[in-house]
Amino acid sequence: MKLDKRRKSLRLTIAAGLVVTSSVAASAAEPLKVGFVYLGPVKDGGWTQMHDQARLKLEQALGSKIKTTFVENVPETADSERIFRQLASDGNKLIFATSFGYMEPLQKVGKLFPNVKFEHVNGFKTAANIVVYEPRFEEGFYLIGTIAGLMTKSNTLGFIGSFPIPSVMRNIDSMTLGALAVNPNVKMKPIWVNTWYDPGKERQAAVTLIAESADNVAQNTDSPASIQVAQEKGTYAFSIDADMSSFGPKAQLTGTTEDWSGYYIAETKKVLDGTWTGNRHTRWGLKEGMVVMAPLNPAIPPATVKVFEDTKSKLISGALKPFAGPIADNTGTEKVAAGKALTDTDPAFNSVNWYVKGIEGSAPK
Amino acid sequence: MNPVIPMIASTVVAATPLIYAALGETVVEKSGVLNLGIEGMMLIGAVSGFAATLASGSDTVGFIAAAGAGVALSLAFGFLTLNLQTNQVATGLALTLFGIGLSAFVGHDLAGTPLPPLPAIDIPVLTNIPVIGDLFFHYDIMVYLSLVLFAGVQWFLTRSHAGLTLRAIGESPSVAHAIGKPVLTTRYLAVMFGGACAGIAGAYLSLVQTPMWVEGMSAGKGWIALALVVFGTWKPARVVLGAYLFGGVTQFQLFAQGFGLPIPTEFLSMLPYAATIIVLVIICRDPKTILLNQPASLGISFHAAA
Repeated sequence: MKLDKRRKSLRLTIAAGLVVTSSVAASAAEPLKVGFVYLGPVKDGGWTQMHDQARLKLEQALGSKIKTTFVENVPETADSERIFRQLASDGNKLIFATSFGYMEPLQKVGKLFPNVKFEHVNGFKTAANIVVYEPRFEEGFYLIGTIAGLMTKSNTLGFIGSFPIPSVMRNIDSMTLGALAVNPNVKMKPIWVNTWYDPGKERQAAVTLIAESADNVAQNTDSPASIQVAQEKGTYAFSIDADMSSFGPKAQLTGTTEDWSGYYIAETKKVLDGTWTGNRHTRWGLKEGMVVMAPLNPAIPPATVKVFEDTKSKLISGALKPFAGPIADNTGTEKVAAGKALTDTDPAFNSVNWYVKGIEGSAPK
Repeated sequence: MNPVIPMIASTVVAATPLIYAALGETVVEKSGVLNLGIEGMMLIGAVSGFAATLASGSDTVGFIAAAGAGVALSLAFGFLTLNLQTNQVATGLALTLFGIGLSAFVGHDLAGTPLPPLPAIDIPVLTNIPVIGDLFFHYDIMVYLSLVLFAGVQWFLTRSHAGLTLRAIGESPSVAHAIGKPVLTTRYLAVMFGGACAGIAGAYLSLVQTPMWVEGMSAGKGWIALALVVFGTWKPARVVLGAYLFGGVTQFQLFAQGFGLPIPTEFLSMLPYAATIIVLVIICRDPKTILLNQPASLGISFHAAA
């Protein structure tokens, strides 16, 4: 652990050095400088890669009006504070912080640089110069549930969870709700691996779930390991963040991915026009194109595709909410009353720590 | 499906890279050299094996390349600690840091490329026996080779003349030197063997367990392998047993969750490490066990003149 940190801080020093030199070279023109801070490497095949693709699209869209910089492999520690400070004092006027754990460092740096605008993914603390943006992941997982519920033969689904935090709990809940809506007999088995990224452990979790007869396994962890396992065992899996079908063309039925470019372009334009305001919390979903479903596998029968498309258009139009009541948790307590829906404007939405009926085991607290 | 068989099968797959790395390190430490760079050599092995397999289409080439890369890195360690007599602990740590960084650098463009997995060997008749076939005869070739390696290391250390020389050098290099044993050469060969084993262990991760390359994919397994050598009190059989135990506990905690046992997941995640620490403590309770088996000059540089 210690070593890992040392390695990272060494890299950070190098990364910070690079940022400095690139800014000296670019100080001649006057484009808007936009900084990106990434948790992983840009070629991680998932979360960070999607952010970087959006950064490239942003550059394409706005051309010479902007200049982007990114720093990769920034840990969610005090180290990140240095990177934010570095980017801000370097003349970046808009900074995208693309991981939840940057929340506290960002609050500190935000106060030091009131003229710099900060955008934080998935957080919940805003300020006059800090806004939060987040995809409606639950819509993607609801649709995964639709497919899984119709494709399962054993009526058992699996879910490889990272950490039992509200945003992940909402994903397993909405997937289960989506599956139950099309197949009342399904049950869901969760396994928590307590890591975002450990291919070996994710693989073992997938093997375990398949051995316990879960034939459709979704994940909230980042590597394509579970898709490889499903390909080997002849079962189905669902990707997250990016399309991972190259790791299991037969196994991956669909997946939930993100396209951040629309949001990044819109926000950067606001800064260019001077219409950017702070203290906002933006949640975009299928409708706005921030949540995008990975291509459907040709193995899915047309009737199932139709149910999927219908459900998708209902989610887009708002006719269907993933957390529409009545919803009881798996101990029988009512969580959402009939006729109501739990949505992101509700404070309870940010504290979901219960399993819906249909999920086995007791929810980790 | 009976979940016990996949659980055991998965344990074997999880333990195999640990067996390679830990057996290699056992030989290195028996010669009196402490190489803490396993994690780095594993990562270099993982990335080289992956790249070589991708380029050649052959897993054999991949494993050979991985072993070669491990040897190359271990030679750097050997030169520094054996010729220049740098501190072995510090040099080993530096090797790990170097391996982590270099593998990330070299592998930057390989991330996100899929590779077909190594197929399980089908032994006619045997594989088809219910239960037993699944339990024993349905692995990839590297699993069986790890057991061959175990037998070889066991034989070498306890039954061969060269192994006896190596152990003598690990106990007292100056005495061995005085009676004309080649201390430096033997230690070099041991270090290279350890490097090759660590490289193969890394390639097992990137070619077999999860056929892909990701930065830092060994996720601390090199350190576990080091702990296993002490856990096994430098005896190959116990090292292998320890690797299966660690793999088994890792796998058990996932199955326990799947069965819905009401144990907090954080506690379960801790289990493999806690089990290792507990066994280490039990072993160390009797200082003789460690003292009798630990090479007496482990980690101490040797000056031929002294």
